[in-house]
Amino acid sequence: MNRRDFLKAIAALGVGGAAVYKGSNHLKAQAAVMKKSSEAKLAGHWAMVIDVSRFQKPDDIKQVAAACHRFHNVPKIDDPDHEIKWIWQEDFEHTFAELESQYLSEKIKKMDFPVLCNHCENPPCVRVCPTKATFKRADGIVAMDYHRCIGCRFCMAACPFGARSFNFIDPRLFIEEVNPELASRTIGVVEKCNFCVERLAKGQEPVCVKAAKGAIIFGDLDDPDSTVRKVLNENFFIRRKVELGTGPSIYYVIRGGVAGA
Amino acid sequence: MLEKALAGSKGYYAWIGFLIILILIGLAAYLKQFQYGLGVTGMSRDVTWGLYISQFTFMVGVAASAVMVAIPFYLHDHKAFGPVVILGEFLAVAAVIVCVLFIFVDLGQPGRMLNLVLHPTPSSVMFWDMVVLMGYLLLNFIIGWTVLGTEKKGFPAPGWVKVLTYIAIPWAISIHTVTAFLFAGLPGRYYWLTAIMAARFLSSAFAAGPALLIIICLTLRKLTSFKTSAEAIQSLAKIVTYAMIANVFFVLLEVFTAFYSNIPGHMAALKYLFAGLDGYNNLVPFMWTAAVLAILGITLLLIPRMRRNEKVLVAALAAVFIASWLDKGIGLVLGGFVPNAFGKVTEYIPSLTEVMIIAGIYAIGFFVLTILYKVVIAVREQSPNAEH
Repeated sequence: MNRRDFLKAIAALGVGGAAVYKGSNHLKAQAAVMKKSSEAKLAGHWAMVIDVSRFQKPDDIKQVAAACHRFHNVPKIDDPDHEIKWIWQEDFEHTFAELESQYLSEKIKKMDFPVLCNHCENPPCVRVCPTKATFKRADGIVAMDYHRCIGCRFCMAACPFGARSFNFIDPRLFIEEVNPELASRTIGVVEKCNFCVERLAKGQEPVCVKAAKGAIIFGDLDDPDSTVRKVLNENFFIRRKVELGTGPSIYYVIRGGVAGA
Repeated sequence: MLEKALAGSKGYYAWIGFLIILILIGLAAYLKQFQYGLGVTGMSRDVTWGLYISQFTFMVGVAASAVMVAIPFYLHDHKAFGPVVILGEFLAVAAVIVCVLFIFVDLGQPGRMLNLVLHPTPSSVMFWDMVVLMGYLLLNFIIGWTVLGTEKKGFPAPGWVKVLTYIAIPWAISIHTVTAFLFAGLPGRYYWLTAIMAARFLSSAFAAGPALLIIICLTLRKLTSFKTSAEAIQSLAKIVTYAMIANVFFVLLEVFTAFYSNIPGHMAALKYLFAGLDGYNNLVPFMWTAAVLAILGITLLLIPRMRRNEKVLVAALAAVFIASWLDKGIGLVLGGFVPNAFGKVTEYIPSLTEVMIIAGIYAIGFFVLTILYKVVIAVREQSPNAEH
């Protein structure tokens, strides 16, 4: 290659690069238009308020969990060492271990609490993930890319809420009824609740919110007129392990309703 | 130089053959894990890291401990360590390879390992651990191999090696500090959430690593022409003594902070490890064995008459090494998962497949170490004063 050809090649590279750059800008602009015109539910900070008093029939939480797990192709593995769970129930003393007291009322002691990923404001799982397979979206949702996860389980050591499950065995052998709309996971990756990002993108509320028939309120904490903000304003609430500074986005209202405030 | 590893005595071949059998058994066990998933191990939703990560943690310490030979020799001109320095460097090489393998077998999706490089994430301590471990591996291999090569040809080592040896010293400290940070910055894991984690890691490493090195030196003295001087052995033994005292002291500091503050989260793991929690007490015998061996080892090492008797010395060093291994190679990682996020206890027992994989990885470590040491010894035998 002589000097002239070399310069020509450099120039061609430059033009090509500019074209690619322009193209990517064009794509971005298109994406922005799509976002605006679609019916997607958008928010600054998605959060849930769980009215625990409305979850007290024995199977209330189990039904919600079953709906979630069915929708997301979560396998049903009975061995507690290998089980996968996105939302499930725990009692008060395990959900709020640090608030345990011998003088706790029998009523509260026997209450069931739905527990799930807290979609923290400062998520330790996102901080420790070495591949950004777990990441926080601009709307506050802590989501995962199951195709990027290497299965190191650092996020499970970092999560103080036990919200994450690892696919120790092939999950596809344990899915009773496959939901063809959504993917299932492969062996060797971590998974957890994703606040139903797939449904939000279509303008629908999360499965558990729908199944809970009003016992779980879902909305935008950044919007002062949202229902979640109104409920939080009118009720005393607790969150799990706030002392750790992760900023959980799941709020529990214990006595429930406006009257219980 | 590598060709020197090909010729050896019958004993040498028998040893290599034994290691290769262990490696093949480990490989077969790993293929089973690769096929079926990490479900073949004893790990669970609550105890998500087991013996793989704890062996990794322990061996990072062994790798870092090469610096305990390098500092006296390179910075303080402690000449007795001259012949031993290269053993420390090659021990570090073998140890880092073992570490990388333990991380590899712990991955749920090993085929995606390169995502660590393709999507580098500086907020993750694991990213930095990869960087410092790879750097340390290269540093020690380049230093050791170059010095040996020039020694063979009868030249002094080139000047740039000296620069690398100086870089390797803080680098060794960094590998174990960063490894401690994997654990020490996680909210809610109170057993790990301690500012002296890195200090504990380094002190136990500087006890266990040189203890292993002395035992290796004495073995080589018995089996080969490589004779480490009694002075070098005694200097190293003193390093082991004070590092182990510091290690035990740091553990007692943890006990004080946990129990005087009386904060349940900080007490729980220590209670689990030394007394049992909610009726779960699998690790109690291991931890008390570690405590007894630590005290025994320190006592024997502190008495000069005992330390100078090489038979007693080996027993004392073995006690220190096993105590450190039980504390860091078992208790530290497992204790961090107790209790779980809901205040419940899940216990962990490694599976046979897991143990076979671990044995295979250690066999690979010994294989690398044997080859490297064989080359060292052959080079030294051929050229006592390097005249070719």
